[in-house]
Amino acid sequence: MTAPTTYAWEIEARGLRVKAGRRMAVDDVTLTLGRGVHGLLGPNGAGKTTLIRALATVLRPASGALSLLGGTDLREVRRRTGYLPQEFGHYRRFTVREFVAYVAWLKEMPSRDVPAAVQRAVDRVGLADRADDKLKTLSGGMVRRVGIAQAIVNDPEVLLLDEPTVGLDPAQRLRFRELLVELGADACVVVSTHLVEDVAAACTDVVLLSEGKLVFQGTPARLAAAGTAEHPGDSPIERGYSAVLATRRERGSW
Amino acid sequence: MTANHPGEHLLRRYARGDDDIAADELWAVEAHLETCAPCRGRLAPDPLATAVWADLAPLVARTPQMPRARPWRRLLHGWVSPAAGPWLAMMLLVTAAAVGLDQAGTTAGGQVPLVLLVAPVLPVLGVAASWGRSFDPAHELTAATPRAGLPLLFRRTASVLAVVVPGLAVAGLLTDVAPARWLLPCLAFTVGTLALGALVGITRAAIGLVVAWAAAIVAPTFAFSRMPIALDAAATPVWAGALAAGLVVIAARRMAFTRLEANR
Repeated sequence: MTAPTTYAWEIEARGLRVKAGRRMAVDDVTLTLGRGVHGLLGPNGAGKTTLIRALATVLRPASGALSLLGGTDLREVRRRTGYLPQEFGHYRRFTVREFVAYVAWLKEMPSRDVPAAVQRAVDRVGLADRADDKLKTLSGGMVRRVGIAQAIVNDPEVLLLDEPTVGLDPAQRLRFRELLVELGADACVVVSTHLVEDVAAACTDVVLLSEGKLVFQGTPARLAAAGTAEHPGDSPIERGYSAVLATRRERGSW
Repeated sequence: MTANHPGEHLLRRYARGDDDIAADELWAVEAHLETCAPCRGRLAPDPLATAVWADLAPLVARTPQMPRARPWRRLLHGWVSPAAGPWLAMMLLVTAAAVGLDQAGTTAGGQVPLVLLVAPVLPVLGVAASWGRSFDPAHELTAATPRAGLPLLFRRTASVLAVVVPGLAVAGLLTDVAPARWLLPCLAFTVGTLALGALVGITRAAIGLVVAWAAAIVAPTFAFSRMPIALDAAATPVWAGALAAGLVVIAARRMAFTRLEANR
C-alpha cells in the first residue's frame, strides 16, 4: 500500500499551450490524469511528443498551468518521474547495468539503493541475462527495453513513454503490455503511440490529440462506441478513432 | 496483547484472498498476523518456505551475479560527460600539434604562437561536446532528470578545463608563452559559451563563438602577420570584464539549463 497523496491528480494541465519551434504544437489542452495507463493517440504531427516533453518538464509551456504531483518543486517532481524520449539516445560503450545505474545517479537516487533498483528494472524488462553486455551489442528491440528500464528504475509515480513499442517484436509487445498494466496499478503512466491495438489492450484511458487540440478523453470502450460500421478501420476501436478524427477533418485527407 | 487469535475459518478466507471480508476484520487479521508468529505459522506451515526456495533456486543460479562495482567509473562520469571522452583526447592532440608547429617555426608571421590562437577555442568544443544536442546522444534523457541544470553543467565544464588547462600550461612552457596571455581568453570563452548557451543553446553558442574567433582574430593574424590587439597584455582587463559579464548572465539565466532549450 502506498502513502496517501495530497493531490487529486498526478498530472493536471489547464489551457496548456506549448511551442515546438515557432509552431504552437499543443494548443489549449486541458486534462487531468490520475493513476492508470493513459494511451496518447493521434496522427503524426498532432503534438503527442511535444505534450509528453512538456509533461517531462523539458519544454516550458508558452502559457497555461501545468501541475505535476501536486506542484512541488521541479527537482522533486523529476526525482519521481520516469521518461523515455522518442529518440532514445544512449551511450554505446556503456553496459546495460552501467547505463541504467548512470540514469539512476542522474535521478539522484540514494547510491546504496542503486544496484538493487538497477537489477530489478533490468529484470522487469527481461534483460537480466544481457545486463553486462555493452549497448552497442544489443538489437534495436533490446535497446528499446533498456530505455524502458532506465525510465522505471526510480519507481516513478509519473511515467512518460514516447513510442515505447517501436522496434519491439509481437511477443515483446505482448509482454510490454503486461508490464504496462502492472506499472499502471500504482503510477500514472502516459504512453504515446500510433498503434491503436496497444491502447485497446493495455490502457485504462485514451487521450486523443489532433492538430494540437484535445479531441477525446475517455475509456477505450467509449472510443470504440463512437465508431460505426461505415468508418474505416479493422477493429471497433480503430473505427472509433477514425470517427472522432473525422469530425474534425475532411474525410479522405491525409 | 494478542489474546484473540483469528479463527481457522477467517484465516483460510484471508489466505484465499476472499474480497467479502469486512474491512475492519481484514485490518484486524492483517495487523494480528504482523505481530503473531504462531498465527503466521498456522497460515503458512514450514514446507511452504521450502517450496518457495525450491522454485527460486534454479532462477538464482540462472541470474547473473552482479559484477564488482567499478567505483572509479561512477566517480568519473559524475564529472565527465560520457559523450566527451574522444573530444577531450582530441583537444590534447590539437594542443600537441600547435606546440609541434610552433617548435618547427611555422607560426603565423613568426610572431604569434599557435598555442595562443587555439587556447580559447578548445574549451568551447569541450563544453559543446558535454552539453550540446548534436554531441551528447542522451541529452534529452539528461535534461529531464533532477541533476540537469547548472551544477551538472559546471561539473562537466570543470572536467573539460581540468584537461585543457594543464595541456595548455605544458604547451605554454614549451613555447615560452606567459600563462596570463592564454588563460584569461580560455576562461572567458568557456564562460561565454555557457552564457550565450543559456540564451540561444550551447551548440549554437559554440559554433558562433568559434566562427567569430576565426573571423575576427585568426584570419587577420594570418593575413597581416601581426599580433592581434586582443592577445596583447593590454587586453587583459577586457577579457576579465567579459568573464565577469558572462558569469552574471549565467547566474541570471541558470534555469535555462534545466530545459531542452539549452542543448540546441
